[in-house]
Parts: sequence; C-alpha cells; structure tokens
Amino acid sequence: MHDSHEHEHEHDHGDAALRAEALEALLIDKGLVTPSAIDDLLELFNERVGPMNGAQVVARAWHDPEFKAALLDDATQAIAPYRFVGGQIDRLVVVENTDAVHNVVVCTLCSCYPWAVMGLPPKWYKDPAYRSRVVREPRNVLREFGTEIGPDRLIRVWDSSAEVRYMVLPQRPGRLRDADESACMAAITRNSLIGVEEVV
Amino acid sequence: MDGIHDLGGKQGYGPVDVEADTSWNETWESRMFALVNCAFQAGLIGNLDQFRHAIERIAPAAYLQHGYFGRWTGGLENLLVESGVLSSPVIDERAGALGQTTDALIAARPSARPDCIEYPRDGSGFERTLQQPPRYVVGQRVVTRSHGSPGHTRLPAYVRGRVGTITVWHRSWILPDTNAHGLGENPEHLYGVAFSSKVLWGDSADNHVELCIDLFESYLSPVEIKDA
Repeated sequence: MHDSHEHEHEHDHGDAALRAEALEALLIDKGLVTPSAIDDLLELFNERVGPMNGAQVVARAWHDPEFKAALLDDATQAIAPYRFVGGQIDRLVVVENTDAVHNVVVCTLCSCYPWAVMGLPPKWYKDPAYRSRVVREPRNVLREFGTEIGPDRLIRVWDSSAEVRYMVLPQRPGRLRDADESACMAAITRNSLIGVEEVV
Repeated sequence: MDGIHDLGGKQGYGPVDVEADTSWNETWESRMFALVNCAFQAGLIGNLDQFRHAIERIAPAAYLQHGYFGRWTGGLENLLVESGVLSSPVIDERAGALGQTTDALIAARPSARPDCIEYPRDGSGFERTLQQPPRYVVGQRVVTRSHGSPGHTRLPAYVRGRVGTITVWHRSWILPDTNAHGLGENPEHLYGVAFSSKVLWGDSADNHVELCIDLFESYLSPVEIKDA
C-alpha cells in the first residue's frame, strides 16, 4: 500500500467515492430517492440477478434439443417463461459455439451486457483493455484468460452496439455427457457465457 | 462524439486484468449502481441514451481513472446539474464536507447549454414499429458512414467507412443519435453487420476473425453507390 502507483489509484477512486456519496446524500435530502429504494434494488440484484439464470438456460439447451432450437431461433421468446428480472434483455440473441466457431461478446462503446440472464458484468469487461483489444486481437485476449482457440477455428466477436444483447451457448464438454441439468449448470461459468472461456 | 469512450481497436491499454472478476469492490460502487437506477425510476434521467451520452461527456482522465461506477457518478452529476436538480457548488460543498480535497479530479463537466429532454418518453422499451420496409436484405454489402458526429452515436470509429455484409434484420428501434438529445425517437431499421478483420485492421490481422455489430439504417449506404 506504500507503492506510489497504488496510492494514486486509491486517491482517484476516493475522488469518485466522495462525489458519489455527496450525490446520494443530496438526492436523499431532497426526497427524490429513498435509502430503502436503494437497498431494495441492491437486494434484488444480489439475490435474483446473476449468471445462474444464463447457466440454467444453457444447461436446459444441452438437454432439450427443441428448447435449444427455439433458443437459437428467438432467445427473447424462448426464455420469456422464466420471467427473469434485471432488464437489459429487450432482445436477447444466443450464439452457439461449435467445433468451427467460437463466439465472444463485448461492448466497445460502454459496457452493455444482458443483466437479467448474466447479472452485472465483471470489472474487466468494463475496462479499456478488454473493450479495446477483443475486437482487434481476440485470440490473444482469450489466451490471457487461459483459453486457447486454435487458428483453424473462426472467432466471431459480437460488439453490443445497440439494444440487442448477446449470450454465448458454450459447447458441452465430453465429461458432462451423462450429467444431469443441475450438474451441468454448476459447471457453466459466467466467463463461458461471455465467451472468454470454454466449459471444462 | 469521438470521445475517450469509443475504445474499439485502440492500443496501449495493456493486458486484461482477468483477476478483476467482481462487478464492484467497494460499497459506494454498488450504491451508485442503485442510485442511478432509482434516478431513472424517479424521472431524473430521461432515457438510457441520454445517460450514455452524459457518461461520454465526463473528463477523459476520470473516464480512465475512476472505474465504471465513477463514470456513472460523473454522468449522473452532469444530468442533475444540467436539469437544475442540483448545482455544482452545492455538490462541491457536500463532497468537501465528506473530505474531498481541492485537487480532486471531478468527472462531471455539465454543459452550459444542455439538451432539453421531455419526460416521460413515448412508450416502453426501445423497439418500435416502422411502416416503411427495411432498405437492405440479408447478404447485401453495405458501407458504413465515414464520419462521426458531435453528439451521441452508436457507430464506433473502428467500423466507419468500411464495407460489411448484412447478416440479420433486427426490426426497428429508437435511434440513439436523436433520442439522447431529446430530438425524438426516430425509429430506424437495425441490422447485424459482419466485417472481416482484414477490412478493419489490415493485412496483418488474424484472418479467421469476424466482427459482428448492430448498426442503424442511417449509418449505412449500399456499397454499389460507392463503387459507381
């Protein structure tokens, strides 16, 4: 913590933190937002919005060919019965990884992400390094996640520039061939739904 | 707006910090996430496009240094000051009381002549019905607009002036370029467009990569016009 770079880093975040606290306090003072509304929203996102929703959908697609076909055809409609909350899925498109194609998702202009099925994105997804590089050198970026995509496999990068949101349908690994849906669900990582990892 | 936010293809940001795996590390970041959502519900923010553009307008140094929810903080402050809900001196005073120093980097840069956004918007969601048929068909080659614009747009710099192929028609959606500025929803047809990496990055690019992006009809022209 005595390193000067780290100190600078903390100081910068301190500036934003104090500004954020000031805005919250002022809006609460004016009665425009309430502390309980803030708490309720956080509770909702902490408890009901997360990658377990997307993992549930993928695990079912692995077991139910009809559902998988519907999901790839129109994911918005296919997942409607789940009534996932959290927003950011006005239109959801699910893209399938195959032996020939590996998909990976980004938003270069901000950090668009399908909250209702994947939760809120990790910090690295919102950082400049990922957003700038994955559209230009995806194979190198995936390697930084420990994911080796062979040169013969097409990488398709999806830049979420409008209100369409993308989720990857990862390949089902051989070791899960006989596993039931809940065992599969446990193996499906958030990173595999973004496409920076495969399910192992 | 050709701002710091338009990061696609930019170089020099180093390796991805793959260990930075959580959505937020500090309480204030989660509070800011919720505060912005509450501000939407309270009608303090007109629409998501307006909010995105408010983030694009923060100080570039803060964009890089304050993290994602620091950007939200700056964007929210821009809008609250511009709409007259709060003033910069009042925020300065409150932040000062909390310990903000005089050399603090302030993200917000509220405009002296802000857009006038009417609330509430016409309908819910972002998709709209459009009578006119889509101009392009799947498989057609198109060229993207080569220039930026002073305001909000969802045409990133790295795909401008490039030839791509329509892969899907996504029906019609509110145009962010006008909606962000209170200039109407102006729904347009939206298309998925695929670009080869060589078209985007030159001959040294990994040629087994395809970039897919969603672009509004007014961002595109038929490629034949350019060739003629």
